[in-house]
Amino acid sequence: MIESTTIAVAMSGGVDSSTVAAILARGGETVVGLTLQLWDQTRLAGKHGIPDAPKAGRCCSLDDVYDARRVAEQLGIPYYVVNQEERFERDVVRPFVSEYLAGRTPIPCSLCNDHIKFDQLLKTARSIGAERIATGHYAVNEYDATRDGRRGRWILKRPADLAKDQTYFLFGLTQEQLAHTLFPLGRLTKPEVRAIARQHGLRLAEKPDSQEICFIPGGDYKQFITAYLEEQGGEMPDTAGELVAAGGAVIGHHEGISSFTVGQRKGLGIASPTPLYVLNIDPVSHRVTVGADAALAARTLRARRLNWISIPELTGPMRVRAKIRHRHEPAWATLEPAENGEAIATFDEPQRAVTPGQSAVFYDGDEVVGGGWIV
Amino acid sequence: MPRVYMDANATTPLLPEVMEAMRPYWMEQFGNASSIHQQGQVARTAVDRARETLAEFFNCREAEVVFNSGGTEGDNTAIFGVLRPGDHFITTSIEHSAVLRATERVAERGIDITLVAPLANGLIDPEAIRRAIRPRTRQTNQTKLISVMLVNNETGVVQPVEEIGKIAAEAGIFFHIDAVQGAGKVALDMRRLGCHLLSISAHKIHGPKGVGALYVRRGTPVEPLLVGGSHERRQRAGTENVPGIVGLGKAVELAMASLEDGTLERVAALRDRLEAGILAIPGTGVNGAGAPRTANTTNIRFEQVEGEALVIALDLKGVAVSGGSACHSGSTEPSHVLMAMGLDKNAARASLRFSLLRTATDADVEHALRVVPQAVEHLRALSPVAAGTAG
Repeated sequence: MIESTTIAVAMSGGVDSSTVAAILARGGETVVGLTLQLWDQTRLAGKHGIPDAPKAGRCCSLDDVYDARRVAEQLGIPYYVVNQEERFERDVVRPFVSEYLAGRTPIPCSLCNDHIKFDQLLKTARSIGAERIATGHYAVNEYDATRDGRRGRWILKRPADLAKDQTYFLFGLTQEQLAHTLFPLGRLTKPEVRAIARQHGLRLAEKPDSQEICFIPGGDYKQFITAYLEEQGGEMPDTAGELVAAGGAVIGHHEGISSFTVGQRKGLGIASPTPLYVLNIDPVSHRVTVGADAALAARTLRARRLNWISIPELTGPMRVRAKIRHRHEPAWATLEPAENGEAIATFDEPQRAVTPGQSAVFYDGDEVVGGGWIV
Repeated sequence: MPRVYMDANATTPLLPEVMEAMRPYWMEQFGNASSIHQQGQVARTAVDRARETLAEFFNCREAEVVFNSGGTEGDNTAIFGVLRPGDHFITTSIEHSAVLRATERVAERGIDITLVAPLANGLIDPEAIRRAIRPRTRQTNQTKLISVMLVNNETGVVQPVEEIGKIAAEAGIFFHIDAVQGAGKVALDMRRLGCHLLSISAHKIHGPKGVGALYVRRGTPVEPLLVGGSHERRQRAGTENVPGIVGLGKAVELAMASLEDGTLERVAALRDRLEAGILAIPGTGVNGAGAPRTANTTNIRFEQVEGEALVIALDLKGVAVSGGSACHSGSTEPSHVLMAMGLDKNAARASLRFSLLRTATDADVEHALRVVPQAVEHLRALSPVAAGTAG
């Protein structure tokens, strides 16, 4: 095929991935730009309150594909849009919906990174003759040749710009994937990235960052799920039920469990002298338990479907810092193997809102030890 | 790295003679063909000469040639211009989107639609068209128009439009032929084809993009799509694209010559060699095999291969082909043409179209035959398509 040094850059039309393409192409690498078309933003537009015209800054909108293509044209690199909509729907959207309906709070970005961004992108890259891919994630990966006297491993580390740290979403990367992936922004800060974009004359250097989940314009999960289920010929199951206090007393009713997430305060519709928070959501009885903030705190978490990065496997207790939400400050914990290939983390200090469906990522200093999905 | 272009059904380069014919009409002879003065008359002469060439090409009257912006406009004009609410319209499920999207639009406006499916080899059975006709005895929803393409853009299958034309004539129904892919590859004779409307596009026959023509048989009631000035006998408003029309005329003149000078036979031999070479790869087959096909096109399915990746891999190796219609690139849905022929999604997605230029050479075919088997083997080695799922 083409030279094995060819790098496929995953281009979303945003500043970060565009800058990656510019750095590599202008640095003399042989670069091919790829955009994964994951979701048709017009598909559910206008249904159940979903905005009609998606704003820019969301993957797969025509505007973003246009922006990515314009950058590729400016850099003079070949550029292709690869359609992965079916796979994305199967591996990301459907699991997202079923998790939500089961009362868990899903995290589609990690699913997408596991199943689409890295797995599929790497396969696509190889099939067109590129052995490596590069993305605009803020993370550092490097090969550690000698470690504890054993054969080396690829290590994933937190980036220079901790505010943009995306390692939480990357814990599922395999050694194979890490070995064939470049994160050229890992040692840069966001302002530096924008400056480089400006130096290269990229006209989207000032484009705002995207924040929401890419396939949910407007960010309203319930709207999306209602519209999606309707499109699929189903409807939102009736999950109305009781709101109960921590002691078990029924204090009200709710319209459906998908309106709640553990740790949520707003929107409970209950007057109380002290603030109430969602403590637990029971997907079977549809009972939502609420209580004081303090009751949210948990000392342990159990994680399944684990992936280890800095270690081959967890064989005994290990001191780590565990991160349980994207915006959570990692907290000290002791990690231990449990039955069925699961692991239990015991926090030094109880942590607020340990939420089933989210991922737990374990750090040793700047290194990602590994991670899994909270049970 | 040599680059070989095998996507002639998407578009073709200008031939040098076409470029030369057009050249004076950008700067020196810039007149508006509707102007009274000398500059206008020079432009008018150029347009009329091109019209004469097209009339010869179509074997029709000059007054029956309407210049427009290309195939999409011709197809749209035929459909929107003839059909009225209450009418019944017959077309096929393998038409180009310029026909299919227009069909959807008129369906929303109260026109009944019958979409005739092809046989497994991609041919439309004229009897299926006949069966779809609704008689004139009923006051509403009688069949007003039939539209069938001359040559399918994805498979190259040549449709039996002459027989369909006879059926339409017997039933007194207007007949439109989308000849965008057929022009220059199959002789066009309006007297034999029995159609009332026929669209062609210049850029598929080595002419410029953005210009085409619609044949409108005298007396056919077609409401113009664009209104304004009295250009083209009030059938198509808008200042004539003089250089484009001149280019179309020259391209048609060259296409007529190529229909008779052995070019088609030469291209067919190259295509057959390419096809045989690719079919030597295990797990391949021709879509539309057994049906009459144009000389330049072969549509091949590669089992266990994602067509989209193969198109990119071949492009990076210097071979330009397509996964189907260029007008559909980026869409999720596999080719509607191949699906209508009964292929499943995976087989449709694993299919590539190779369409040779009239100027194709032995060296082009040799390069493709060096690159394609290697790329297919590479892809199959990487993804035992079990991983390919539906996509």
